[in-house]
Amino acid sequence: MNAPILKLFGLVLVLFAALAGMTSYNSVIKAEEYRANALNKRPLIEQAQVKRGVIRARDGSLLARSVKGEDGLYVRRYPEAAERFSHAIGYDFGLTIGRAGLERSRNDALAGETDEISSIVADLSGRRRIGDNVITNLDPRAQQIALKALAGRRGAIVAIEPATGKVRVMASTPGYDPSALRDPQVFKRLNRTTNSPLFNRATQAGYAPGSTMKVVTAAAALDSGLFTPQSTVLGRSPIVVSGVPLKNFSNKQFGAIPLTTALTNSVNTVWAQVAQKLGRERMQEYMQRFGFGSDPALDYPDGQMLPSGVYDLKKEQLIPLDSRRVDIGRVGIGQERLRVTPLQMAVVAATVANGGVRMKPRITSRIVDQDGRTVRRIEPERAERVMSARSAAQLTQMMSDVVREGTGTAAALEGIEVAGKTGTAELNIERRINQPWFIGFAPRAKPKIAIAVTLENIVGAQGGVVAAPIARQVMQELLR
Amino acid sequence: MTARNRELFALIPATLLVTAGFAAVFIQRDNLLSDVSLTYGAIFLALCLAAHLVLRMTLPDADPYLFPLVAVLASFGLVMLYRLDEQLAREQAQWFVVGLLFFTAAIVALRRDHRVLERYRYVIALGGILLLLLPRLGSPVNGAYLSFDLGPISFQPAELAKLAIVIFLASYLRDTRHVLVIGARRFAGITFPPLKHLGPLLAVWGTAMALLFVIQDLGSSLMFFGGFLALVYVATNRISFVLIGLGLFALGARALYAIRPTIESRVDAWLHPFDPELYEREIGGSYQIAQSIFSQADGGFFGQGFGQAIVQLGDNPPILPAAHTDFIYAVITDELGLMGAVAVLLVYLLIVERGFKTAMLATDSFSKLLATGLTAVLALQVFVIVGGVTKLIPLTGVTLPFISYGGSSIVANFVLLALLLLVSDRARREAAA
Repeated sequence: MNAPILKLFGLVLVLFAALAGMTSYNSVIKAEEYRANALNKRPLIEQAQVKRGVIRARDGSLLARSVKGEDGLYVRRYPEAAERFSHAIGYDFGLTIGRAGLERSRNDALAGETDEISSIVADLSGRRRIGDNVITNLDPRAQQIALKALAGRRGAIVAIEPATGKVRVMASTPGYDPSALRDPQVFKRLNRTTNSPLFNRATQAGYAPGSTMKVVTAAAALDSGLFTPQSTVLGRSPIVVSGVPLKNFSNKQFGAIPLTTALTNSVNTVWAQVAQKLGRERMQEYMQRFGFGSDPALDYPDGQMLPSGVYDLKKEQLIPLDSRRVDIGRVGIGQERLRVTPLQMAVVAATVANGGVRMKPRITSRIVDQDGRTVRRIEPERAERVMSARSAAQLTQMMSDVVREGTGTAAALEGIEVAGKTGTAELNIERRINQPWFIGFAPRAKPKIAIAVTLENIVGAQGGVVAAPIARQVMQELLR
Repeated sequence: MTARNRELFALIPATLLVTAGFAAVFIQRDNLLSDVSLTYGAIFLALCLAAHLVLRMTLPDADPYLFPLVAVLASFGLVMLYRLDEQLAREQAQWFVVGLLFFTAAIVALRRDHRVLERYRYVIALGGILLLLLPRLGSPVNGAYLSFDLGPISFQPAELAKLAIVIFLASYLRDTRHVLVIGARRFAGITFPPLKHLGPLLAVWGTAMALLFVIQDLGSSLMFFGGFLALVYVATNRISFVLIGLGLFALGARALYAIRPTIESRVDAWLHPFDPELYEREIGGSYQIAQSIFSQADGGFFGQGFGQAIVQLGDNPPILPAAHTDFIYAVITDELGLMGAVAVLLVYLLIVERGFKTAMLATDSFSKLLATGLTAVLALQVFVIVGGVTKLIPLTGVTLPFISYGGSSIVANFVLLALLLLVSDRARREAAA
């Protein structure tokens, strides 16, 4: 009977080899795939076992912290002050609804995720892994004023330091209480709510820019050398653009006027002709330099930003400007199917203010470890030169005329010269539903702050009447 | 060196393992090295020494490696259980004492000649079947009738019944093996056993099938039936008998699959563990097997270390259910990695090797078949549970011998070890003489 016993042992060897093989398959060969499986909450639990760093405003006030729960996992808590920054900061409830905003884009720092080697060293030296703190550029007082000025209406305000790209205000209304999202049911409900409180209008909303777009057209006109502020263009109304008549506001007639005057009075027919003269390629070139056509270079999650540009509204896709389908004249005055985010328009204003150099906008100021040492300082980073310093200076002069004597007088500050441009996108002419805008910066000579303000669906109101005063209040606080 | 001295020296690594294991768990938990780990090591060593002395006095020639190998598994199991739940480890330690008492009792009772068991083979068979029927008096757990509540203790009679069935089959096949072979007929290329002796074999098959339907657990049925086939094969050296048996078992399993939803859902969970609908299903879903795989995936090559696996958070329901019984292999893979898991499999393989070696050394047919059957059943049990946990085969709940928490399992497996040592003692003495 010994021969069959030996064969039986052989069979057991084969069976056990299969067990070892299957164990290798699970624990080594397919481990990465299993860890990435959507049903697998273990990597998230591991993250929740680490104390996450806090997030602070520029003045040091606390915007987010982690508290250890009874199950040994850390849960995010948002103090009352954080509600004002709900969109910029976002939320982190990794195990239930996920994370958004800065909590997402700075997750590696906050969660203390370092490279494999240094975490092994930390393990050996007995140090518990702990997340780093994130200090932001956000200004709680100015943010509060911004939210108060929006007064419950849907809209967004972005304020940036032109020279550094530091984002000082990022307001989007309506907002939400991030602490309440701890209950996944609340998250579900807010996601379905018609006024979309979870949606960051500052970075995600594509709005018709109206006449604020003329700043981009003017930059292209001056910097290309085809126009000067004194170049005259005939401002009669209506004129035919791409086969369709285009009128000035109130069908007002102008003679041959210089571009400065045309900006001050926001003359549509002049700027449409300028854009047509510049042509698709030149307009495309300058818009790209300003950052249109791609996600803004903000330290913010890709999925929560919208590139600005001309859209095929059905397919929700960007159309290149050299496409025959694009009416370039109307793009030049902010009509057509142009969709822009408040963040993009704030970057346009900041670029002019910074002598034509576009800086990358930054919410984060620095990353600090638990002992208070700065691990990483987010230095100002230049994106590109959009126009020459000379063109920027000319455009600044033109924009300050807008606030001094044109459509933007409501943005004027006492003793501080403001440069800006209003916009009023007419969404429904019959029902007089408009999208008012104001973009600008101050002080004119040495700009410290650039801003974009817009509101959704305001009946009958002009940018100069509704948006400009809000910009004034926020700039006043930021220039204090 | 005598066999017993070898055994004594081989116990040292097992004791060191348990001491080091507890030390590792303490360091991980409290960041301090407590002398309690030494206490655990000392108690474990004392228990091992006691069992060793019993062997020294009663079975001086028995295989010297079987007991130390089991001690390694047992110490390993204790450390794992301690890491999961201190209370479970204490209870398990008490079960080890009970198990060792049964171990000693079995050896003392059978030391003159274990072949007296043959005389009681029908009593033993009947007892085994009655044991298996006991859980039918209670309610099913996860759709299977496997455990029986005896006061505060939940008792798993299948563990003891596997011994009874092996003893019966070894004895029965010793009588009939010759007639099974001699009277065999070839038909359509397959050798069939003679019809008049086929009866008893069919009876065994029928019993196994009946059990399958009674306890409704594919895993333990597979264990019993696998043990049966292994014995038939060794007794007759006819692979065709095994194939016929397998075919019949497949027919029975197919029939059960058709009428029992629990088995169907287990197969579904095995085939599609990450199907969201199956994963969310409260009863009979794939949550357990999916978590078992995720747990193993966390382990990698070297594991996360003692106490690092995510098993349960606070008082919430466990992330990995039944971590101390069915899924202990997943926790081992998680914390000690592929290396640790394969090391455990190797220890089992060494036990199996010693078991079959004992069978080969034995001179009488009953002892040969008994040792083969016991070893095969042990190996199959490991295969069924580890195969289930690693998704090699559909999951069914049996314990991982000597490691999983569970009194009946510990007691039954220590008696199994006692029987193997009894066979080994006689065989080695006769071989030496």
